[in-house]
Amino acid sequence: MDLMEKNLELVEIQKLEGHTDRVWSVAWNPVSSQADGVSPILASCSGDSTVRIWEQSSLSRSWTCKTVLDETHTRTVRSCAWSPSGQLLATASFDGTTGIWKNYGSEFDCISTLEGHENEVKSVSWNASGSHLATCSRDKSVWIWEVLEGNEYDCAAVLTGHTQDVKMVQWHPTMDVLFSCSYDNTIKVWWSEDDDGEYQCVQTLGESNNGHSSTVWSISFNAAGDKMVTCSDDLTLKIWGTDIARMQSGEDYAPWIHLCTLSGYHDRTIYSAHWSRDDIIVSGAGDNAIRLFVESKHDSVDGPSYNLLLKKNKAHENDVNSVQWSPGEGNRLLASASDDGMVKIWQLATKQ
Amino acid sequence: MVTGLINENPIIYPKKERRLRTDSSTTDEFTPEPIDQLEIFDHIRDIKDPEHPNTLEDLRVVTEDSVEVDDENSYVRVTFTPTVEHCSMATVIGLCVRVKLLRSLPSRYKIDIRVAPGSHATEDALNKQLNDKERVAAALENPNLVEMVDECLPSEE
Repeated sequence: MDLMEKNLELVEIQKLEGHTDRVWSVAWNPVSSQADGVSPILASCSGDSTVRIWEQSSLSRSWTCKTVLDETHTRTVRSCAWSPSGQLLATASFDGTTGIWKNYGSEFDCISTLEGHENEVKSVSWNASGSHLATCSRDKSVWIWEVLEGNEYDCAAVLTGHTQDVKMVQWHPTMDVLFSCSYDNTIKVWWSEDDDGEYQCVQTLGESNNGHSSTVWSISFNAAGDKMVTCSDDLTLKIWGTDIARMQSGEDYAPWIHLCTLSGYHDRTIYSAHWSRDDIIVSGAGDNAIRLFVESKHDSVDGPSYNLLLKKNKAHENDVNSVQWSPGEGNRLLASASDDGMVKIWQLATKQ
Repeated sequence: MVTGLINENPIIYPKKERRLRTDSSTTDEFTPEPIDQLEIFDHIRDIKDPEHPNTLEDLRVVTEDSVEVDDENSYVRVTFTPTVEHCSMATVIGLCVRVKLLRSLPSRYKIDIRVAPGSHATEDALNKQLNDKERVAAALENPNLVEMVDECLPSEE
């Protein structure tokens, strides 16, 4: 199916209002957004220090705010992430802590607060099995936490190496390899070779590897885990690839290499990029727009190239901070968060 | 606290006469006037320097020409010149200008702040920090810094 040939548009399904300050991130519950007969659930977090849980009613098809998590954090909640089981929600805050909330359906309980970072926590990510989580901070470090029984969390590693504020952490979708990106313009790859919990920085993707020339704000992997997209204040998106089979065979580390740079499409900082299951890359930027990219069908000697599928101007009334495809199959739903205080649900559909 | 001022003897420039805005009786009262360079300069000229009882205009840290505005595209860039090359107050000044503009301009505006090229020893690092909105947001959650900024901003009439 060649997406470029179809007449596609991004249709605004609903605007979710409620936050009283900018919304920094959105996260789809991985389980409820996919299972048949279960309503999709979305979490959003904000400068108003709260997290809102939104659910789509199966009857009316409209989204409402089911609950507001407003007790734990005393400052901006910068990002949130659901555990793979959908049972837990981790929230990263400028107050230096990471909250762990248990999902009881209509209620959430803060069961633990992870402390340790010296200042603002910027991002949190669960590994594929849900056995570990990672957090990162302006204190330049990346922490790995182990999930233990009885709502206990143990600090398993404190990883230093970045020379500046770490903006985001993201575990590989299938392997226990951790990626971080930073204000220091680099992306670092952390791996425990002997699987003994001793993580080392095995690769740094910087300017000398065709990396970014300014702050890298976000990382996203394709479903197979052999490609990733990064976005930056340098106004480009970069596509990277690796020999995943070699990595999975466990023999040695397969380095990531630069495949393609998408430049000339953005003129303000790109804050977020997300790779869908059907290979559409979405970006959210400081010019209030959302853009979609797909790989070009035309083979090139130099490697893959990407085309702009569509651009949604004025997607929001201010900067778009986060864009996330719903994990559900076939519905092509997208959630976005903005400095305008709104969360929006979109659908990528064929023009009528 | 700093025991000595970074710049003990700043040059204070003679004040530029303020042009009175002419009453545009010819314009339709429903059409908003495009925001121009002078209007934006008016918002920032009276910000006090963090160290001296003088304004940014007095010390020529900002001038009318340091403001570049494109109202149609909702864009403004302010280039400020710290009084001394190693001025560590430059981050505070930059933050004050940003806060004042955030409070004074319509929310549609994209605001870029930078130091005048060649005017500061760590120019690139400074510009990067002043334009990282996550860093700015976190800084503005720091009550001490907010207090410092509020002291520099002209009081609301």
